[in-house]
Amino acid sequence: MNTAGRIAGERAGVAVRESLAGRRNRSVAAGVFLGYLLLSTVVGLVALAVLLATILHDGLPYVDAMLFTNSPSADPERAGARPAIIASILVAVVLIATALPIAVGTAVYLEEFAPKGNRLIDLIELNIQNLAAVPSIIFGILGLAFLVRGIDLGPVLLAGALILGLQMLPTVIIASREALRAVPDSVRQGGMALGATRWQVVWREVLPAAIPGIATGSILGMSRAIGETAPLLMVGAATFVSFNPGLLTQYTVLPILIFQWIKLPQEMFQGLAAAAIIVLLVILVAMNGFAIWMRNRYERKW
Amino acid sequence: MKTRKTLTTILAIGAFGALIAGCGGGREADTAADDGSAAASDLSGAIVIDGSSTVAPLAIIAAEKFEGANPGVSVTVGTSGTGGGFEKFCAGETDIATASRAIKDEEAALCGDGGIEYSEMLVANDGIAIVANPENDWATCLTVDQLATIWGPDSTATSWKDVDPSFPDEPLKLYGPGTDSGTFDFFTKVINGEEGASRTDYSPSEDDNVTIQGVNGEQGGLGYFGLSYYEENQDKLKLIEVDNGAGCVAPNAETVQAGEYAPLSRPLFMYVSAAAAERPEVIGFADFIAQNDADLNGEALFVPLSEEQMATLQSEVASLRG
Repeated sequence: MNTAGRIAGERAGVAVRESLAGRRNRSVAAGVFLGYLLLSTVVGLVALAVLLATILHDGLPYVDAMLFTNSPSADPERAGARPAIIASILVAVVLIATALPIAVGTAVYLEEFAPKGNRLIDLIELNIQNLAAVPSIIFGILGLAFLVRGIDLGPVLLAGALILGLQMLPTVIIASREALRAVPDSVRQGGMALGATRWQVVWREVLPAAIPGIATGSILGMSRAIGETAPLLMVGAATFVSFNPGLLTQYTVLPILIFQWIKLPQEMFQGLAAAAIIVLLVILVAMNGFAIWMRNRYERKW
Repeated sequence: MKTRKTLTTILAIGAFGALIAGCGGGREADTAADDGSAAASDLSGAIVIDGSSTVAPLAIIAAEKFEGANPGVSVTVGTSGTGGGFEKFCAGETDIATASRAIKDEEAALCGDGGIEYSEMLVANDGIAIVANPENDWATCLTVDQLATIWGPDSTATSWKDVDPSFPDEPLKLYGPGTDSGTFDFFTKVINGEEGASRTDYSPSEDDNVTIQGVNGEQGGLGYFGLSYYEENQDKLKLIEVDNGAGCVAPNAETVQAGEYAPLSRPLFMYVSAAAAERPEVIGFADFIAQNDADLNGEALFVPLSEEQMATLQSEVASLRG
């Protein structure tokens, strides 16, 4: 979300600079367009600011040690989110270990190795695009049928994480392909001309050059998965869990706990829900920060 | 440029963290753990509960206390909804199903197909509160017919005047639970005569706190939800009495327990699988609920069982143990 905001901000900034420096675009249309750009930026930023301010105002008094050390409780005085925080982080780890390599591998194959114009490949590409638009609850039903009941994994954290991974595959594949496509062909041709094999070109030149874009797409996909509730409810995530979850135990994640707390009658739980939202936000901001760091670290200008 | 961007990012994250660390103190430090009212036991194992989100507060407080008294047992509580809970229960995936209504025939058949035998425990009473805006000085009591006039599927009432000619011409602003809710099912069944039959031009929400805000913000507001939501927000709402032909009755622990607050009192259930009840931790949990029902309901903000209901619950647990 902040990435999108920044890009919009930069664009508006460019527009402002150009209109000031040029002094040629004095037409009304240009002015209106500029106004529209600024307005859209402001709308997004104000909405975000109001949301953040509300959550911080409601939640900060409840961000305390107990939130991180205690388990959920019906008594708001001692309710915490420890099992949910641990589970959310575990889910992120499983996503990195399973969905990311598969998604990047698929993207590299489709972009660098797959024969162009092959019917089967076209069909796969079309399906990946369609999968990205499938509602998350459908993935939940799939997970229930195949993972939880089909191979009898049960309602465990691993099953939930795998289904979230499946759901994020299309997003990451599409983003990674865009990143690979943005690497100029001259890089590939240069490598080939020097006698490198296709594999060497991809592994040593193209992939490293595409890492910033892949990282950004991956983090966006992961952020969405970490904030997801619907498919997990479907595959049997619990709401109250007092033990520290493992890969093969029952679990609850932060968004489910937040959903449950917001609905409770006691007013204190609303504050606790806001506090849990802050924790979720910090996890997401940290992940985004890591992606931005990766991008800046590896970014190359051609 | 690159370094500056990175630095800004790190600073932003750091500042956010510092802001959070700096605040706190909304709750008092944890005092000693709850007594649990039982000596440590040697029970162990896992109990899986899923079902109604209405019953969840009771299941969670029971789970917490039972875990406190039996450190070897872990209890998980899910909130898939009453229907979703039965679906998992009848597939043999859970030990206990929580429900805000009795099991339906087709669900019982599903359990039969799955070879799941079970016993029904009535564990709490709940009332559906009808609430209006505190500034509403005209309505103190509504009859069941009037409620049906307001909420019926063919209702055309848009003003309080349409409900009763003596009421002022104040726009009627309706709030209530969404169609997925067991409260919605129950309310429509007893007020409109058919489950799910309701006017659709009201503001539905799966979060009853939204209903509270809505009714609180509109002078002509009217809504309904579980009694506990009224009790926690009495300063924001006006409770409306309900007349079922035998005079106006306000919902409270006594009238709900005695069944006088009709027809908007309902029982809440837990269904225990007979196979699971053979495990000592599961039968122990059922027994724990039967022994501590009044305390648990007090903390979960439900209405405890009457003596008669309590006797039924205890004999139900005894036959499970049998």
